[in-house]
Amino acid sequence: MTHVEPNHTAYNFAYLDEQTKRMIRRVLLKAVAIPGYQVPFGGREMPLPYGWGTGGIQVTASILGAEDVLKVIDQGADDTTNAVNIRRFFAVTANVRMTEKTSEADIIQTRHRIPEENLRDDQIIVYQVPIPEPLRKLEPREEECRKLHAYAEYGLMQVALYEDIARFGEISITYDYPVLTNGRYITAPSPIPKFDNPKMNNMAALQLFGAGREKRIYAIPPYTSVASLDFDDHPFKPQEWDEVCGLCGAQNSFLDEVILDDKGGHLFVCSDSDYCSQRQAEGHVGPMAADAENLGFGRSNDAL
Amino acid sequence: MMSPLVQFAGIKRGFQNPVQQTQRCFRSMLDAVSRPGSITTLPSPSEHPAGWTTGLTAAALTLFDNDTKIWLDASAKSDDAVAYLRFHCGCVIVDEPEQANFGVICSPTDGLNLNQFAIGDAQYPDRSATLFLLVEQLTGGAELQCNGPGLKVPTGISPIGLPPDFASQWIDNHALYPNGIDIFLICGDQALGLPRSISIKEA
Amino acid sequence: MYVAVKGGEKAIENSHTLLAETRRGDRSVPQLSVRQIQEQLSLSVARVMTEGSLYDPELAALAIKQAQGDLVEAIFLLRAYRTTLQRFGNSEPIDTNGMRIERRISATFKDLPGGQILGPTYDYTHRLLDFSLLNEDQEQQNASIADQPLAEQLPRVAEILGAQGLLEPASHAGTDSAEPFDLTREPMSFPADRDQRLQNLFRGDEGFILALGYSTQRGFGGVHPFAGEIRFGQVEVSFVPEELGFPVSLGEITVTESEMVTQFQGAKDVPPQFTRGYGISFGHSERKAMAMALVDRAMRCEEFEEEAKYPAQSQEFVMYHSDNVEASGFVQHLKLPHYVDFQSELELLRRLRREMQSDQRESSE
Repeated sequence: MTHVEPNHTAYNFAYLDEQTKRMIRRVLLKAVAIPGYQVPFGGREMPLPYGWGTGGIQVTASILGAEDVLKVIDQGADDTTNAVNIRRFFAVTANVRMTEKTSEADIIQTRHRIPEENLRDDQIIVYQVPIPEPLRKLEPREEECRKLHAYAEYGLMQVALYEDIARFGEISITYDYPVLTNGRYITAPSPIPKFDNPKMNNMAALQLFGAGREKRIYAIPPYTSVASLDFDDHPFKPQEWDEVCGLCGAQNSFLDEVILDDKGGHLFVCSDSDYCSQRQAEGHVGPMAADAENLGFGRSNDAL
Repeated sequence: MMSPLVQFAGIKRGFQNPVQQTQRCFRSMLDAVSRPGSITTLPSPSEHPAGWTTGLTAAALTLFDNDTKIWLDASAKSDDAVAYLRFHCGCVIVDEPEQANFGVICSPTDGLNLNQFAIGDAQYPDRSATLFLLVEQLTGGAELQCNGPGLKVPTGISPIGLPPDFASQWIDNHALYPNGIDIFLICGDQALGLPRSISIKEA
Repeated sequence: MYVAVKGGEKAIENSHTLLAETRRGDRSVPQLSVRQIQEQLSLSVARVMTEGSLYDPELAALAIKQAQGDLVEAIFLLRAYRTTLQRFGNSEPIDTNGMRIERRISATFKDLPGGQILGPTYDYTHRLLDFSLLNEDQEQQNASIADQPLAEQLPRVAEILGAQGLLEPASHAGTDSAEPFDLTREPMSFPADRDQRLQNLFRGDEGFILALGYSTQRGFGGVHPFAGEIRFGQVEVSFVPEELGFPVSLGEITVTESEMVTQFQGAKDVPPQFTRGYGISFGHSERKAMAMALVDRAMRCEEFEEEAKYPAQSQEFVMYHSDNVEASGFVQHLKLPHYVDFQSELELLRRLRREMQSDQRESSE
């Protein structure tokens, strides 16, 4: 009876075989040439489930090199379970240097946030996308959507947004807020909060989007116009907070609400864990910082 | 039937470290198409076919395989190159330009006609050809002003070795957006990207 | 006092150790072997191979052990493993005419050349729990060997009907190219031809395909089917290596095939014929093969100018939702943190409520 050691298969660098990488690389080159257009690709089953970042992982795996420094975040934080898990995947299959510092990363794979710090033109951000089709809620059929994009027939989106205004007095989309890319394709930014949309416009970094389950890849080159859909009399407005970050005092970052007790006590903290740590390291202090230690609130050290 | 070993005797070598070098080559090409007009350097394979350059060969080794159809112009289509591609890439070499996913044009001034290649269609603009044009120089020629995604400000490129009607052919190509073909200009081991999204004006 | 909990690497490691312990269960009970699963849970193995899209009974059994019996999880394991395998070519199409029959039945004729061969089936068992199976050293019954072997060739019902022109011929309707579509290499595209649809159904979740097939019988796109033939047994897989130019046998696999004969069609100048639905699965799985045949026929509705009104007739509805690896991943992905988007919704909701309440206060003043 043969005795088999657990998991001793030799993986190709970054797991994907070279043929799959080539296929994805060809798709990426076309995607960058047609900003915001969803290119179909032959996505493979990955060792993580569909819906958990397989598209982002396949894009990262296809562009990643041995010299790259990789950052993986989920909800803006490096230490959320899925970010940890994806980092482990690349640690095992690619053994590249990892970082939590946005400024040190060559490639940032992200789920649902754009880092607060401005990205540079030597960086690439890879978004994990659950539903790449911005028209999906209005038109479930893929065949129909493809025609609407082909002929830029975006009337039904305009109508849906207008109906929103009629009902709520404003456009009530708060995340995955649709944008018009390079003046041509309506694009789904992925479920980033609308707070992050302005960062996409004319970004210095290359933005790549991977949807593994739906098998679509799209891209926005640097310095490309990305306009959140709105109307002249109802212009796009990102979210704002009255509060500042309880730990570092930041006024302009996306804040997570942390529930402290069952009496409505709460604390607001930067969602971007690296941004918050950097600010604290620079000496910025928020109103709840003194209490943070008593609260036992802090970042876990064993995320990496 | 000839033994495969005999067929492949004398084929020139490809990348020494294919996994890492094709990745680096791809990143340079991704950079070239994300920042059109910027000049990037591609890693060099150990050898390359006669009439080709290291950069052109690197691009082929990185992107071609048995799922791609390649058209070669007369200058590119040496026996050496065909055997090299068959061995290293396993790609299909087609006779008609319109069937090709990729075109390799070593003599762009010999009647390059962008109209011959697939431009995609309204529902699938990605199903268009990508061309590699081998040029004499990437700088030093008459300036063409480029503008569009990837460019912070309008930027000039000045390659030497494109056909005299290139600008007007490109204007027609760009007018097809989102359809259209995408181009890499290659010289030696360097590349410059021109995606269809870029408009060109003669300066 | 609130302590912020963030999942770290340690938490994940600990969870995996706990999982291994849970999977093992009571240590005083002998460990389940992969061989036992392969031999004695072969119908689970059949499902995992079919939906995992990989014929390897030992690996399927291993996946079932590793997944603690969760078949959808086992299917995922097999699919992910399949991704890593190098492909060296396509086999010749398997020839189910030459099948080494273990079971062959037809509902369309009382008897047929070669006979109705029941084989090993649960069809006529009484569903009464057999408590003697609790006994671990039960005496094994041996089936007796028949006096006569089966006939060499068992002609198909489809051939018999086809020879009389009563059944539409098997065709490559809708497919121009000689190469079948391959969903494991290319994304789905619509409208999908029959080869793509059949591959999608083959890999599709048995429960989903079963429900859709059932819906067609209850009026949601129904086509009055008859089970023309169901056969289960071994077929040879052969491959033509380029260097040799002739086929080489790679071995045998077990498949179950179902041919449905469905409502006749015809047009003004085309005499009516019965139409077909086709289903197949790895191993012994009649429920899946039959359901697949019903849904295959339903999705062919446009070929016969039948209006596509119901879910089983909609290519996109069927094909986009049949893959349980995709479905399970996306449904369960809701467990991932979504607190940033939730925060965005909270912000909007609170603001809208504040505005509404202040409007109400104003209008009541």
